[in-house]
Amino acid sequence: MSELKGFILPTTAILWKDVVLELRAKDIVVSALVFALLVIVVFNFAVSPTPQTVAFVAPGILWIAFTFGGVLGLNRSLALENESGGLQALMLTPVGRDAIFFGKMLGSALFMLLVEIAVFPVFAVMYNFSLLMPGLMLVAVLTTLGIAAVGTLFAAMAVRTRAREVMLPLLFFPVVTPALIAAVEASSAVIQGDVGLTRWIPFLIAFDALFLVVCPFAFQFVVEE
Amino acid sequence: MANEYQAAFAVEARGIRKSYGRAQALRGVNLQVGWGETLAILGANGSGKTTLIKTLATLTKPDEGEVRIGGMSTRRNAKRVRRIIGVVTHKPLLYDGLTGGENLRFFARMFALDRIDERIQAVAEQMGVTDRLGDKAGALSHGLRRRFSIARALLHSPRILIMDEPDSGLDQEALRLLDAVVSDKSVPNRAVLLTTHNLERGIALGDRVAILSRGRIAYEAAADSRNAAALKAMYFEHAAAD
Repeated sequence: MSELKGFILPTTAILWKDVVLELRAKDIVVSALVFALLVIVVFNFAVSPTPQTVAFVAPGILWIAFTFGGVLGLNRSLALENESGGLQALMLTPVGRDAIFFGKMLGSALFMLLVEIAVFPVFAVMYNFSLLMPGLMLVAVLTTLGIAAVGTLFAAMAVRTRAREVMLPLLFFPVVTPALIAAVEASSAVIQGDVGLTRWIPFLIAFDALFLVVCPFAFQFVVEE
Repeated sequence: MANEYQAAFAVEARGIRKSYGRAQALRGVNLQVGWGETLAILGANGSGKTTLIKTLATLTKPDEGEVRIGGMSTRRNAKRVRRIIGVVTHKPLLYDGLTGGENLRFFARMFALDRIDERIQAVAEQMGVTDRLGDKAGALSHGLRRRFSIARALLHSPRILIMDEPDSGLDQEALRLLDAVVSDKSVPNRAVLLTTHNLERGIALGDRVAILSRGRIAYEAAADSRNAAALKAMYFEHAAAD
């Protein structure tokens, strides 16, 4: 019980701290949101969506927007820790590195979900295509968790290098590509009322389960000198 | 579980070596700090002081040798060690976007402290920052950030204080408060290990003084003002070598 408390309390404290900092600075959500909206606008001109084509292109556009926007947020989140020395201060506390990982990861996932929530209605207006489908929400949550887990680990690695803006995408995208493919396929299945959903949702759950175990374990070796 | 006070020394380092690439920062450091004792480590820039502090504070692992804090190995019991040490580093380690009070509250929660408000008030008073608790850390001067940094290190009433040049950037009032922290007897048998460039302060604050030179403890003596001239000569000799 006290082990659980010793995990949950610091995790929520880190999450609270990140939310407060973001409410004041607004640099993570705003930069990711602006990027995601730009992608949607550019694709709107590029593909000239019709009611027939939008169902095919929507998943790809959405996940490109979310993932690339998410990379900006992940980079910023860990860069803030590094610049302030916050990560070092956290390392001096008797808190497990897994709690630090999950605190940071949940913050990043929350910010990405906020961007997704803001993007869905804009997408609906621009493409005249509603995305308010429960299945799509499930796909979004599962994919975002996986992306945030992998991204937090690699952002912690990248932030210690001189070329962190370049390093994070280089490390991150090869690993999350299977989850992105699954997210696009699952989103297509939801939008088109396909049966493929039953194949891709378990894949996303397995991806999350794997990386929610591997990433916190690897995190402790990344943050310790 | 053995009580850490049963250990002979509060801080004990044996043969610590640490390299960054080809650069050897520590080359076999041996030192002991007893309970209730203050050890001031003097050293020129590049002598290895910060690496030594980081190693003792569990922030970095030595390549060789062993560090025991309160009798506990920092390799095997790092979590328990962190409960009994308060660390002040070069950087203030504060979140600029949070107020001083919010920073202290956050770290109090990380140490799972009870009566957090009382503790924040106590350490803020101790460091003379009570009236600045509501100011954002990013807007504070270097000296005030340093005071908050020391307050953060004191939050959990650590039995061992490890401080890397805590006097740098402090004004006279803050130096007086820092001296009070180092000599504070409200935590019984608190051991203090601090590094400084300032020989006079090292002698004034420490029970013993050690000179770190080229990653080794080159000289160690009781901090007696009668030794000041000899210590000074020794310090400048080693500083020139660094």
